[in-house]
Amino acid sequence: MSVVRVPTVLRAATGGQATVKASGATVGEVFDDLVEQYPSLRPQVLDDDGALHRHLNVFLNDDDIRYIGRLDAKVGDEDTITLMPAVAGGAA
Amino acid sequence: MLRLPETVYLQMVAHCLDGLPLEACGLLAGVPTEDHGDETAAVCYPTANAAASARVYTVEPRDFLRADRDAQGQGLEILSVFHSHTHTDAYPSPTDVAQAPDPGWHYVLVSLRDVVPVVRCYRIVDGNITEEQVVLE
Repeated sequence: MSVVRVPTVLRAATGGQATVKASGATVGEVFDDLVEQYPSLRPQVLDDDGALHRHLNVFLNDDDIRYIGRLDAKVGDEDTITLMPAVAGGAA
Repeated sequence: MLRLPETVYLQMVAHCLDGLPLEACGLLAGVPTEDHGDETAAVCYPTANAAASARVYTVEPRDFLRADRDAQGQGLEILSVFHSHTHTDAYPSPTDVAQAPDPGWHYVLVSLRDVVPVVRCYRIVDGNITEEQVVLE
């Protein structure tokens, strides 16, 4: 099982837990297990087409998954997946 | 209310001035309270503006990861994001409101429009902006 770290903004969906466990051989499979355990997390991590939500950054250990295959990135049992909201804005 | 120790305030404003002519951004961490009504920003994490723009900012995700890990290691959490407005008031823009990720956070604006930087703080919940007090300590 991989450890998934959940940011404060998404913890309402995980019953307040900052870390949860989920299994899968890829990030996509871990996400499938995650949203099965915590269904209200789904619209916040995946879009309608099942792709990664555009306002979410996901790290597999130290790597941004956008650069290592996105949802196809391979996950090991000891790996940590960190979910982080995209933080953006500006005067424009 | 957001309490800013002098060192945190100076680090934050200095990072914004260093970033000119572009917008600068960063994160503040502290011990969270239940309703986020009275929190102290104990640590400032200057981050890169991945948008590298004078009009918009994006906290570099890798810097956010580092800050988050460091904060966790100290028993703290990210409580706030700050960014500069280089030519406008210290008030959240429609872009800021639309992209505010966490209703529990304090949104700090540093306006560099005038000679003396102006720091103000807001809560942004469901698109509603409420100014809150900033206390320098």
